[in-house]
Amino acid sequence: MRPLTASQLLLLATLVAPAVGAVVAAAMPARADRLARVVAAAFAGIAFVASVWLVAWRGNIGWFTYGAFDTPTGAPALIPWADLDLPWVPGLDLRFHIGVDGISYPLIVLTTLLTLLCAIYTCRHVPETEGSPRGRHLAALLLVIEVGIVGVFLALDIVLFFVFFEVVLLPMYAVIAVWGGPARRAAARKFVLYTLLGSVLLLVGVFTVVASAGTADLIELTSGAGAAMPRTVQLGAFILLALAFAVKSPLWPLHTWLPDAHTEAPTVGSVILAGVLLKMGTYGLLRVAVGVAPAGAAEVAPTMAVLAVAAIIVGSLVCLAQNELKRLIAYSSVGHMGFVLLGIATLTATGFQAALIGNIAHGIITGLLFFLAGAIKDRAHTGELAQLGGLREVSPALAGLLGYAAIASLGLPGLAGFWGEAFAVVAAFQRGGAFWITLGAFAAAGAALAAAYFLRLLRLVTHGSAAPAVAGLAPRGIGGAEWLSWAPLVVLALAVGLAPVLVVGFSQDPVTALEQVATAAEPAQGVAE
Amino acid sequence: MTIDHLALLPAYCAAGAAVLALLTDLVVPGRRAGVLAVSALGAAVTGVACWWALRNGPKATFCTGDPGAAACSYLWTERAALIGLLFVAATLTVLAFSVPFLRSGQAPAGEYCFLLLASLTGGVVLGASGDLITLIIALETVTLPLYVLVGFRRTVAVSVEAAVTFFIVSVISTAVTLLGAALLYAAAGTVHIGALAASLAEPTDPRLGPLVGAASVLVLVGLAFKVAAVPFHAWAPSTYDGAPLPIAAYLSTASKLGGIIALVIVAVQALEPRHAIVGPALAVMATATMTTGNVVALRQRRMVRLLAWSSVAQAGYILAPLGALAHASGREVVPVLVAATLAYTVFYIAMELGAFGSVVALRGAGDGGALEDYRGSARRRPWVAAAFVIALAGLAGLPPGLAGLFAKVTIVRGLLDGGAAWLAIVVAINAVVGLAYYVRAALALFGTAPEVVRPARVPAVVGVGLTAVTVAAVIIGFAPQVVLDAVQP
Repeated sequence: MRPLTASQLLLLATLVAPAVGAVVAAAMPARADRLARVVAAAFAGIAFVASVWLVAWRGNIGWFTYGAFDTPTGAPALIPWADLDLPWVPGLDLRFHIGVDGISYPLIVLTTLLTLLCAIYTCRHVPETEGSPRGRHLAALLLVIEVGIVGVFLALDIVLFFVFFEVVLLPMYAVIAVWGGPARRAAARKFVLYTLLGSVLLLVGVFTVVASAGTADLIELTSGAGAAMPRTVQLGAFILLALAFAVKSPLWPLHTWLPDAHTEAPTVGSVILAGVLLKMGTYGLLRVAVGVAPAGAAEVAPTMAVLAVAAIIVGSLVCLAQNELKRLIAYSSVGHMGFVLLGIATLTATGFQAALIGNIAHGIITGLLFFLAGAIKDRAHTGELAQLGGLREVSPALAGLLGYAAIASLGLPGLAGFWGEAFAVVAAFQRGGAFWITLGAFAAAGAALAAAYFLRLLRLVTHGSAAPAVAGLAPRGIGGAEWLSWAPLVVLALAVGLAPVLVVGFSQDPVTALEQVATAAEPAQGVAE
Repeated sequence: MTIDHLALLPAYCAAGAAVLALLTDLVVPGRRAGVLAVSALGAAVTGVACWWALRNGPKATFCTGDPGAAACSYLWTERAALIGLLFVAATLTVLAFSVPFLRSGQAPAGEYCFLLLASLTGGVVLGASGDLITLIIALETVTLPLYVLVGFRRTVAVSVEAAVTFFIVSVISTAVTLLGAALLYAAAGTVHIGALAASLAEPTDPRLGPLVGAASVLVLVGLAFKVAAVPFHAWAPSTYDGAPLPIAAYLSTASKLGGIIALVIVAVQALEPRHAIVGPALAVMATATMTTGNVVALRQRRMVRLLAWSSVAQAGYILAPLGALAHASGREVVPVLVAATLAYTVFYIAMELGAFGSVVALRGAGDGGALEDYRGSARRRPWVAAAFVIALAGLAGLPPGLAGLFAKVTIVRGLLDGGAAWLAIVVAINAVVGLAYYVRAALALFGTAPEVVRPARVPAVVGVGLTAVTVAAVIIGFAPQVVLDAVQP
């Protein structure tokens, strides 16, 4: 076997560092609990550095690489900057094939960043539990979840993609069921059963594709082998895959696990869940479902778009009536992910870009929102909005940050949340026709509703005189670990808002190629409009 | 007729070990350790013999007819060696798990080990059987000692009850299988598997069709009792719960393996011309088995009963690939389906032994107890709890039980290759239902205990056995190709 190149070692490091960190942290003795959490954070830091460093190989693949393809369907939709391909289980068509490209890179960095921030946060803040598990076990589980999520984004083999998809399930279940709120057991069970349903459908879909196309390699599948499958197989495979990813994303009406899971999960669990776990669904939809079965995507896209717009409207309306802080943020996620899914459903390059930046923006902003909500709930011992009035009087720093995050989330231009939502609507209008323009209009109305419920949230929480629960807030300031884990998100929300090229700059070429794959598969007589 | 004694060596070793165990108990009475050591050594030698007998290629003996087209009753092939080794591995592990039970003095070690090794003898012959008579006798040799072993908790009424239930059900099922085999012989004029398939493919008299149909049904029903497939499963939960823990482990692994192998030999090989009927029948049976097992397991409050219903459900997954026989018949995909069934069985045995081993380690010589009795186990015995969680996750088909994940993948892939997509979806949905009770069982370990009692130390031998099966499960989880290669025809 040839020795690994530097880029391959870095790819491995993003997976191996958290895995090793999890084992080390979990195996440390109980008296070194605090130290174990610091060690876990250190390993998360190594993974973060390794993942950021991967950008050094970006130069290998540029505009010229994509432009050099002069085939009828354009360039392959997936050309990795760096990849590593090892045999694993030939009997199941499973190769250990990982790599990174412009679509997956921002998501990988987001995952390693959020895990690092959560690990830092866990150094100081561990939720109370009954029973034996301690903080180091929570930190170890966070790292195992990181392995699964990063693996999903790195996988260039759909069977491997499925394996990593499953890795996340039980650790996340444990995080909610052990460190969660009062109704954690039921919420965790609902989460794990729903998402397992998604992943078994994914299993059937994956092997439908493998049996028909004869390969499990994502590069081959997205550059012709998938599109060459019979139309009916593509349709069946796309429906299975789309259902699987719709549960994970989650797409209305398959979202009901999400509010419960978010409400009961500990702060770091919510951050990871909203920040990156949901992105496994949207990323899978874009890369695997649309990329592998474009003809199926073309047929199902209008239905998906309708559901996505329904998610935006329903999510926003439910938020208007929510009285619990974390539940409100959870439902707002349903709306935001609706925009992402609408972007993908348009099957245009603009829509795909909107989905990618929407993913990243939602990860940054909602991650921050859940950190803040967790901090407020820990201090005030309640999440009821009615009992949180007057926060600005007591803790101006917390109230200010909450206001900043909420305004970013409602999509104020200049902050990260704006681009994804705006361009999803633009993409719908670009598609043209009464059908898509109506959908775009409804989505825009949904964005206005988002402004309404976030302003309601701010009015309830920050204004007025201090309620009793808020008056007893302790501590009133923001601790060092908290600043350390929140500041990067605060900065990024502004940076991505001012310079969206930080995200979309990487993905311009691959999404254009993906659009060509999708367009080539459209039926000649046009779609549903 | 010359007899190839080298091919028979594994059977000789197993039977010799059984006798030796009994003799050791007579010579040095009251010495449990000696008997156990002799038994374990005997089982290990049997394992070596399984491999040794393959030297110079596969062998056949007890053949009739011309040398060119002989029909043989005993075929020592690679697959027979694999099955023999699986039986040996299961027996060795169960011997290790038996230590707390034997120490409690409820059963005489000599008889106990003799019976277990007698059962092993049947298992070693089973995989090599080339005709229906050898097959049924081997299967009965596996089962017969278990009637006694199940009833060994003599002071406990449920144990005796379990033994009687098991005895009656098992004897009836054997009678049914024998009747079916006799009718098949009447119709085809032969009992050899290959000749039987050839004869059924070209029936001499069309009026025999219904007879063959009835015979096939009887044989399959009889064997379905052995694997506890729905609707012939009712004996399993009460028998498992009444039996000593190590014997419950043996019933749900080795004994079940015996039934599966017999089903594969009969349904896939002997009844090959009848795949159009056998396939759908097995598909319906598999669907009913996994669904019933999973749904009923949801409501169980006792650990062993939960594991028993889960093992009913697992039998459904094991049978599922055979349900695609009708679509696949005559194509090269049939061996793929058989390989999927066998691969799943191997993964399943590793995880099931891990689960029962953990129960033994936590409960000692007693019974499985209720789920609440396991609260606080994670704090008192973190390593055992970790092994238990890996085993349960594996049975649910999820990481960290990677072996279980690949087992699930193998089944679904086999079904899709075989063209039975609907059955693949049934398996997938059942995996979701199954997870609901596996996480409940796993979560029971992490609750806080009402009082902190320091339980008896885990005997070293149990620890070694549990470590061995857990390490094996982890290894085949990371390198499932080892198993997939081993089950290739």
